[in-house]
Amino acid sequence: MSVQAEVTSMTGAEALPRSNGELVFEEPWQARAFGLAVGVVQAQGIDWEEFRGRLIEEIGAWEREHAHDPTESYSYYERWLATLERLLVETGMVSSDEIEARVLRLAAEDDHGHHDH
Amino acid sequence: MSHDHDHDVSELEVRTRALESLLYEKGLLTPTAVDTLISTFEQDLGPLNGARVVARAWVDPGYKRRLLADGTAAIAELGFGGLQAEHLVVVENTPGVHNVVVCTLCSCYPWPVLGLPPRWYKEPAYRSRIVIEPRQVLAEFGLELGEDVEVRVWDSSSEIRYLVLPERPEGTEGMSEDELIDLVTRDSMIGTALASTPVAS
Repeated sequence: MSVQAEVTSMTGAEALPRSNGELVFEEPWQARAFGLAVGVVQAQGIDWEEFRGRLIEEIGAWEREHAHDPTESYSYYERWLATLERLLVETGMVSSDEIEARVLRLAAEDDHGHHDH
Repeated sequence: MSHDHDHDVSELEVRTRALESLLYEKGLLTPTAVDTLISTFEQDLGPLNGARVVARAWVDPGYKRRLLADGTAAIAELGFGGLQAEHLVVVENTPGVHNVVVCTLCSCYPWPVLGLPPRWYKEPAYRSRIVIEPRQVLAEFGLELGEDVEVRVWDSSSEIRYLVLPERPEGTEGMSEDELIDLVTRDSMIGTALASTPVAS
């Protein structure tokens, strides 16, 4: 099965959020995070299962941590993004140091300039 | 640092941009590939693709011949295909034959032309009953077929996907290809409905 087919046929907690069959992205970054994950898996010839397995773990871990904390709201794409970071780091494509440094740099740039979302 | 909602969102947004810029810099991914993927998933993978195929077949006899001979090659002419349509077989409805598609084993579906399968397509009730009592199931969908119409049920597999070419409705002779597209519903290409009839204006 192709990566795209595997992505759309995920079921259970890891299934993509949809409304009336269509994918739902609440914020633009969610669509970007989605495209980055599917794109890099496809471009690098990684088995989609590598992503899906980690996504299931991330969702499960979040649920265990926040089982008794109703103030924290669950975000599917937050888990998705965490999964992508983990996949990139664990496969050696990007290091966590690189990610943290880049996050700090971009955040600093945002503070000094006007960044329209 | 504040921890209001806006902050959370922008933090995630920044993290996404950070990963994105690193992936591009390292040549692991291109912006074009990401843009294409997102728009593919968001828009292109809908029944509209299938509707275009059907409308073209209605207006272009040569295209229809090619479509029935080799579905995969014919949808590629319109720029569709690849994923899960590597072996697409198009079955034509005629006054004497009505086709309907199912996947009895799971939910195989020609999604480059039909988008995502409807919920009922994946449910055990449809998957088992359409084979055993197709007329009854189709009637439940609101499609009553005459006794003289033969019903053919096509069982999809991981190798072969089916698309129904519905009959062109009567009274559409003067309609353009673009106008015809609107009459081709998802269900008419699965075979649980006929193509819509034009709304009298």
